[in-house]
Amino acid sequence: MARSAIIIRRATILKKFGAVRMEPIMKLGQWTIGFTCGLGGACVFLVVALRGAARSLLRPMLIVQQLYATGVLTMLIILVSGLFVGLVLGLQGYYQLVSFSAESSLGMVVALFLVRELGPVLSALLFAGRAGSALTAEIGLMKATEQLAAMEMMAVDPMERIIGPRLVAGIISMPLLAAMFSAVGVLGGYLVAHVQFGVDPGMFWSSIENGVDLIDDILNGVIKSLVFGFVVVWIALYEGHRSVPTSEGVSRATTRTVVASSLAVLGGDYMLTAIMFGGF
Amino acid sequence: MLSTTDHTADHIVCAEDLVFSHGERNILDGLSLTIARGTVTVIMGPSGCGKSTFLGLLGGRLQPASGALRFDGKPVPRTPGPDLFRMRRKMGMLFQNSALLTDLSVHDNVAFPIREQTSLPEELIRILVLMKLEMVGLRGARDMMPSQLSGGMMRRVALSRAIALDPVMIMYDEPFVGLDPVSMGVILRLIRSLNDALGLTSVVVTHDVSEGCSIADQVYLMDNGRIAGNGTAEEMLGSKDPWIRQFMQGHADGPVRYHHPAGDYLEEIRGG
Repeated sequence: MARSAIIIRRATILKKFGAVRMEPIMKLGQWTIGFTCGLGGACVFLVVALRGAARSLLRPMLIVQQLYATGVLTMLIILVSGLFVGLVLGLQGYYQLVSFSAESSLGMVVALFLVRELGPVLSALLFAGRAGSALTAEIGLMKATEQLAAMEMMAVDPMERIIGPRLVAGIISMPLLAAMFSAVGVLGGYLVAHVQFGVDPGMFWSSIENGVDLIDDILNGVIKSLVFGFVVVWIALYEGHRSVPTSEGVSRATTRTVVASSLAVLGGDYMLTAIMFGGF
Repeated sequence: MLSTTDHTADHIVCAEDLVFSHGERNILDGLSLTIARGTVTVIMGPSGCGKSTFLGLLGGRLQPASGALRFDGKPVPRTPGPDLFRMRRKMGMLFQNSALLTDLSVHDNVAFPIREQTSLPEELIRILVLMKLEMVGLRGARDMMPSQLSGGMMRRVALSRAIALDPVMIMYDEPFVGLDPVSMGVILRLIRSLNDALGLTSVVVTHDVSEGCSIADQVYLMDNGRIAGNGTAEEMLGSKDPWIRQFMQGHADGPVRYHHPAGDYLEEIRGG
């Protein structure tokens, strides 16, 4: 009774002074300050991580190990997803194009969709879910179990030994994974076009050859996936490194990695597409 | 009480008036102590009194708000990276949960600091690692992974890793927590024997009174971020100071109250 009376009284006082109306604005202010601080922290982390990455280039074996962990282990999900996306693109593209008797352009449509957009974007989203979350959890647990502190006490810089090689490996893996995604997707499209609908293979492949430009399409796609790889690994490593060293903290950090890197990839894709194809 | 300005070459660690704050709270509040070379110094105190924080400051992982801290004659706080790393090569540290690298075998964990800090050939590293593992009795476990080890074994592997680079000082952060009596006995014997055999200085942070006293040359008692008493284990056990007596003998009530400060019990029960 007494407790609810206090709550009601507090609400009345807040209303009286207009604090209820102010609350969303205060929350927005708090969120903005938190976001800006987080961004600043991430930038400082990036500078230190890049320095560590540069030094880790002298130790290629560490990078190779991480290429296996982040790249090779993500390959299966990328290949399977790429195949299904290609199959669906083939189906949808055929249904649309056949009504204009333009099914001969199916190869070009599938390839352009994949190389320009779906390849880099979807593989980056899958990469964030598979490799990004694993990186955050790994770094977070290393922090929680004092492995990073132990390294520092052994006069080993974790930025050079742990963070750097993972950053480099992520940046190298992403374009390769996106290329595999697109290649398998085009094969999926071809399977639907030729095996299911009987589109002439020569027309399918020549439309790709004529319609896909090396610089405008393929190079831009590679640049996108490089940027996405960089952003996803940056977010994943930063979230792991700043996570609260408890099981709950690591789980929250892993969630934040997947959410933030997915949003960054989708938002970044719009910006990059506008710059590359829209003539900003 | 020990003179805090007693900075002689015999002391490997000299802390003077250290203050370390976290938020509003002073975790260390004017801590002064000295640690003599070649001794086992045990720092005891209730949980949360700032013992582990002191080790963080001594290793240069935390920075004090004020005060001086010298290790081997050189100031530790705000030492730039390369110099700090050079200093840390003279320190070994045993973390509370061992902090073994989980993706490396026992052998590779012990070899880790040697590989990182030296360019010795693999054959020599193998011999060094076997020697270090033999000292803690785990040469036979060299191919096991950390997940296959018991808590006591993990701590022994971490100990052999801490002495891998032949440091001059080892810091032990709560080395007795969560160990069975046999493992506890092994760790106690190792701390003492490694200290004497290798000519090390050992700093043991613990709240286990009997274990700490059994190996200590010198005991510091900490309370609320400062030194509440120091001396040999016998002096501490025979102290007349009520707070020291309560801590050393583990009485539930005394100067340290059993109840956390609270309002009137009956009033709160009635919902007043």
